[in-house]
Amino acid sequence: MSELLKVPTMAEFMAQGKTPEVLFWVGSAGSFDDRAKKITKAFVKLLNKANVEFAVLGTEESCTGDIAKRAGNEFLFQMQAVTNIEVLNAYDVKKIVTCDPHSFNCLKNEYPGLGGNYQVMHHTQFIKALLDEGRLSIGDDKFKGKRITFHDPCYLGRANNEYDAPREILKQTKANIVEMKRHKHTALCCGAGGAQMFKEPEKGDMDINVLRTNDALETNPNIIATGCPYCNTMMTDGIKAKEKEADVSVMDIAELIANDQGL
Amino acid sequence: MQYLPNILFAVILLAGIGFFIKNVKKLSRNIKLGRDIDVSDNKSQRWKNMAMIALGQSKMVRRPIAGFLHAIVYVGFIIINIEVLEIIIDGLTGRHRIFSSIGSLYGILIGSFEILALLVFVSVTLFWIRRNVIRLKRFWKSEMTSWPKNDANNILYFEMVLMTLFIVMNATDVHFQDMNSGNVISQFIAPWFSSLPDSTLHIIERGAWWVHIIGILVFLNYLYYSKHLHILLAFPNTYYGKLKPKGQLDNLEAVTKEVKMMMDPNVDPFAAPEEEEAEGDIPAKFGASDVQDLNWLQLLNAYTCTECGRCTSACPANLTGKKLSPRKIMMDTRDRLEEVGKNIDANNGEFKEDGKQLLDDYISREELWACTTCNACVEECPVSIDPLSIILDMRRYLVMEQSAAPVELNNMMTNIENNGAPWPYNQMDRLNWKDE
Repeated sequence: MSELLKVPTMAEFMAQGKTPEVLFWVGSAGSFDDRAKKITKAFVKLLNKANVEFAVLGTEESCTGDIAKRAGNEFLFQMQAVTNIEVLNAYDVKKIVTCDPHSFNCLKNEYPGLGGNYQVMHHTQFIKALLDEGRLSIGDDKFKGKRITFHDPCYLGRANNEYDAPREILKQTKANIVEMKRHKHTALCCGAGGAQMFKEPEKGDMDINVLRTNDALETNPNIIATGCPYCNTMMTDGIKAKEKEADVSVMDIAELIANDQGL
Repeated sequence: MQYLPNILFAVILLAGIGFFIKNVKKLSRNIKLGRDIDVSDNKSQRWKNMAMIALGQSKMVRRPIAGFLHAIVYVGFIIINIEVLEIIIDGLTGRHRIFSSIGSLYGILIGSFEILALLVFVSVTLFWIRRNVIRLKRFWKSEMTSWPKNDANNILYFEMVLMTLFIVMNATDVHFQDMNSGNVISQFIAPWFSSLPDSTLHIIERGAWWVHIIGILVFLNYLYYSKHLHILLAFPNTYYGKLKPKGQLDNLEAVTKEVKMMMDPNVDPFAAPEEEEAEGDIPAKFGASDVQDLNWLQLLNAYTCTECGRCTSACPANLTGKKLSPRKIMMDTRDRLEEVGKNIDANNGEFKEDGKQLLDDYISREELWACTTCNACVEECPVSIDPLSIILDMRRYLVMEQSAAPVELNNMMTNIENNGAPWPYNQMDRLNWKDE
């Protein structure tokens, strides 16, 4: 399988004197987290299939600093940002796509003030554009009639007002899209944001991901679709806590479409 | 002697307005204790937001029942105030119903005021029932201690009494009832008083008139002490509200300066600081531990909060039993700011160290660390308050001034510093996934 993946780096492109169409920002989760790596690979398969000339920074990429910023460490954030911007600007990067809404928000909104100006897209926006341009098409009816509910990542939805791209992709799979009671601007957080992913929650009577999983299970779904590696982990853990792994799967939009394409 | 009521009226009116102005000055002084922030950009969008969110109530109606009832009270409040204008002119000139000379339009005006007064009375009663009988959860959270609860009810009682006085005043006005125009509601109340002699009716009418206008002046001066201040501050607050995407948190400029210096190989590390920098260009501390460290917009936010609790009812941390409540963050900020303001008043305009601060004495660390920065509170607020920005500034203080982050977060940050990822993986392994 793995030899099928074409993942060129910016350095390789530069050596050939070429510029890619887009830089794929993999992010720390997408690079190192076992579950998130599957999303990264699924998205790369889609990029390969659609013949998108993309590149990654590879070992030249470093954490965006987003988590540090939200934990209150503005120094560390800006150190990371300035370092990354130096690399990105050296490669004259214009357009970035990422599977992580936190990187998306940070690169798009918080890097410009520090000298990093790029057109930044979330992978659901990018996949939707590929579908619109006919570079990718959903033919297989693999998900036809399946009940799919979409969990809005906070940093894609409320933070950046993107509610439609993921839903429009799902619509094209002919799946039966069922909305949770709390969705779009009222969607409940999965519980991982604001650096919560990296610490134990404060004392309470429930974990946030379990409450959100309850929301999702109320819709009686076959699949919970997400667009964020952290949401994916939280919802997967929630499903396990509810012992529903056999009935409900948690999939990223990229995985759904890659699956549909038989990739 | 015949001018005595006019003089009395003028004195009461001036005292009411004068006291109000004094409080507005105090309010403005307190808000200006905050750091400066530039919000001079994009004026057209700001006016639009104010028109839509404050004037147009666009966010209130997201919760349809409360939104609808609130719209009635709001419209009633604004329209019925035209009547207050007449009362003031009458009171100062000694005339009676000076606007009645405009003819049939007067009947239409007063008639619509009466209908609105009844609708306001009914809406306010329903609000009272939601709070005290149905006991909607968000009105009974732990930060809703006795004063916030009483304050909310006081406002409702005020409104009930003022609306009743308005109708009674009209119902006992023999001349007005004889005109039989505009007494849409009061004509049904008038018969309750019909057995009384005209002189008694006149006394009741005058009594209702005086208590009504004095009540309005008292209410005006109650605002400063109450969550009801939102009827005024909602307008500037929505005007100055955040225009950037909600996910965008400000980059601390003072940090940018230091980071750029650290990254610049041409900087002489032993150089003496430039003159203007030495003057205190760099803030005394990073982040916020007390209200003076916040910016004035955050302080305006605190005074604007009407404690409706929509933020808290949407907060994932609060919904799962954590201590954090975005409403409490705003209430605490206002309470501490008031305390600082009183301290300044008591010490001839200078703040005297009182050994207290916003952090720990009002807002606990446990609350601050429970936030997921999901922006649900910001999204919910009907008057564009941003509790998240205060939480973040306080986290910044904890991390950058005190190194007091939870230990797991310190580990995470050390990993980012050492190997560019929140986990202890080597940066050189970042592309390994490709071949796995």
